[in-house]
Amino acid sequence: MTVLMFGWEFPPHISGGLGTACLGLTQSLIEENAKILFVVPRAHGDERIELINASEVLVGATKEEVDSVIPPVKSEGQSIKITVASTLAPYTDVEQWQQSSTVEKWNYEFPATTIKEVVTKGGKRYEFTGTYGPALLDEVQRYSEVAAELTKQYTFDVIHAHDWLTYPAGIEAKRSSNKPLIVHVHATEFDRAGEKNIDKRVFDIEYQGMQEADMVIAVSQWTKDIVVSKYRIDAAKVKVVHNGIVPQEETDFSVLPKISEHIVTFLGRITYQKGPQYFIEAARKVLLHFPDAHFIMAGSGDLLPAMMERVAQLRISSHFHFTGFLKEKQIHQVWSVSNVYVMPSVSEPFGITPLEAIQAGVPVIVSNQSGIAEVMDHAIKADFWDTDALANAIIGVLKHKALSKSLKASGKKEIETLTWSQAAKKINDLYHELQSIKQIEAISESVFSGTPTKASSKIPVF
Amino acid sequence: MALEQFQEYAPAVLDSFRTLAATGKVEFLGETYYHSLSFLTDKNEFIAQVGKHKQKIEELIGVSPSVFRNTELIYSDTIGSMMYDLGFKGIYLDGIEGILKGRSPNKVYTHPDKDLMLFPRNYALSDDIAFRYSDPNWNQWPLTPGKFVNWLQQIPAEQNYIGLGMDYETFGEHQKAAGGIFKFLEQVISILANLRQFGFINPSEVVKRESAEDILSTSKIISWADQARDLSAWLGNDLQRDAFDSLNKLHHDIIDTNNADLIDDYRHLQTSDHFYYMSTKKSDDGNVHQYFSPYSSPYEAFMNYMNVVADLEWRVKKEIEKQALKFKTQQMESLVTMGINNPSLIGSS
Repeated sequence: MTVLMFGWEFPPHISGGLGTACLGLTQSLIEENAKILFVVPRAHGDERIELINASEVLVGATKEEVDSVIPPVKSEGQSIKITVASTLAPYTDVEQWQQSSTVEKWNYEFPATTIKEVVTKGGKRYEFTGTYGPALLDEVQRYSEVAAELTKQYTFDVIHAHDWLTYPAGIEAKRSSNKPLIVHVHATEFDRAGEKNIDKRVFDIEYQGMQEADMVIAVSQWTKDIVVSKYRIDAAKVKVVHNGIVPQEETDFSVLPKISEHIVTFLGRITYQKGPQYFIEAARKVLLHFPDAHFIMAGSGDLLPAMMERVAQLRISSHFHFTGFLKEKQIHQVWSVSNVYVMPSVSEPFGITPLEAIQAGVPVIVSNQSGIAEVMDHAIKADFWDTDALANAIIGVLKHKALSKSLKASGKKEIETLTWSQAAKKINDLYHELQSIKQIEAISESVFSGTPTKASSKIPVF
Repeated sequence: MALEQFQEYAPAVLDSFRTLAATGKVEFLGETYYHSLSFLTDKNEFIAQVGKHKQKIEELIGVSPSVFRNTELIYSDTIGSMMYDLGFKGIYLDGIEGILKGRSPNKVYTHPDKDLMLFPRNYALSDDIAFRYSDPNWNQWPLTPGKFVNWLQQIPAEQNYIGLGMDYETFGEHQKAAGGIFKFLEQVISILANLRQFGFINPSEVVKRESAEDILSTSKIISWADQARDLSAWLGNDLQRDAFDSLNKLHHDIIDTNNADLIDDYRHLQTSDHFYYMSTKKSDDGNVHQYFSPYSSPYEAFMNYMNVVADLEWRVKKEIEKQALKFKTQQMESLVTMGINNPSLIGSS
């Protein structure tokens, strides 16, 4: 089974959970003996898996020209590597964040960039940024051009596209190869923006991707429900595969002094989706019972300034610690001083951060509006908007050492079963299922119709 | 504080100050050592900082200030009274309409209750040099020395004092040397010197020679900053107020530790600039704040400041614990000593 997989980001160059999930899934799929051709808009060279770098792919060239320009593919295990002398200096995304001008844009906006077109004798190629900059929609479109090109260069059985950024690439690959397409929904525009602020362009891309896909994988039942109700996708076509978690590697980090005995942490992008305002309202209520409690608000995002203003307005700034964007080591430091982690997300397809908290030995409180709430019994759950319930839960964990201890221990045990290996097994089965459907489809077409027709995007019912 | 930095990094500046002081034509004013808003925090803290600055000027320049200039010309009747009680003979304030109420900024005034001379700054003429000198959109641009002196000449003779007040860095930093600001300054001074109609005078000399009749009074705190000329440049929004209050809450604990490092760090955090950077004002005021700020946004300024305050708070907590432990150990030791000397104390019934 060979899979042409499209991603947008890959560790260590990530801004969210998408890249982490792609890494976990890919590694485990390889263990399932799947061969993964993983494409990213821009590879940096220091990823843990060999990637196809879309920035190095020539488009608009003939096959002979491509062969003469692209060096031969070297196979390494089950993943492939294309060795191409990169003309691009690797940079880290973090540096780009630091360059950005205002704090509210630290996490998601980048210096104005345009896609560079490089014309060589064999054709042209696009230098993608692979970030989330102003040229994003343009990059998404060009990425699909590259996808069509790649179908000519590689043979594969299934196409697998992660999140809306790669759906057009997936659709294009399907059109030019006639192979089945899976779109993997890690998040929807409804989660990110909320009902009222949907970006129609993004929604349209998502809608088209899910419509044209032969199968949709949702990371939770919560997400499947959105896919079915908001995008009107046939429920039979949507499969739920929960994410896994990569066992944490031991890391060295310098120990932070613990500023208080009671530290409550929010960690994530400070955006509408993550519900930071509910964290602050709950914090205000917690302080009435635990006047020495301190709150860490780690991360950055467009709501950060408004959150600082709210905290200042409540006159609790001296109990709040805004950290801005954190790197991996700093996140470990935050976990090491946290007594409880709260994820009051308004709509969270899955929620990898609570799992990381549990791994680090921090009890978690998550909103009912999250995928993680479906799979975790040993987490306290509350509705994101119910700040009384959130405050009660926080107070409970701070007050009762026994509760905290049992959440920690049972939580750790519970997540042992949430592995990428399990997710990869399910997905590998789905690949085979799709492939056999396609084969039967092809046979039935040749039997029942004289002329071959375009493959239907609808899964036939047998 | 700047004096400390001069000592460490640019001692030549201090040499130039000493040379200036020796001419007798330049006077050094009193200030708060940390350029702080400490008069809002605690009276004793304010007095301590004024005293520390005075001591530093005496040590470095060899003169003792007798006229005061509060942080950013922040002034009220209460501040005036305090300065008088501390032995100052005069104080600078901004000559704004709100307190002059139609009267001229070009004369000295007196405090309503104390024998304290008030020196208004003519902000219009001062800002012509400090802000507008190099602005090509200003209808008086370019400002020539002749034009400026002509404006001074138009002031009626009975208005016998003109206070021009601007930052030291106006010359060479805000207004670059290439724009001719040094030449301008030199020429204005030589024209004025030759005219004989004007003279330059040190404030303490004014105090000695003149007697101010008219009273200038404001119960409201004024300053020279922003359009509002009040405290809103530093304490105008919630971020600023909560940051300021968060620091102030630590005041007594820090002073009580008697720990010189902690107290010095605490006082550095009182510097008004920290709060100035957190201003979220827009348009003209906002541009001035941004010009001075090393941060790209007020939120970064706030975030950084609060994290430093949190660290200080933690250090104070540790210090208090350490001192409490030491005190306890000492008490135990003295009890034991007493017990040895007086066995009946240890005896049990």
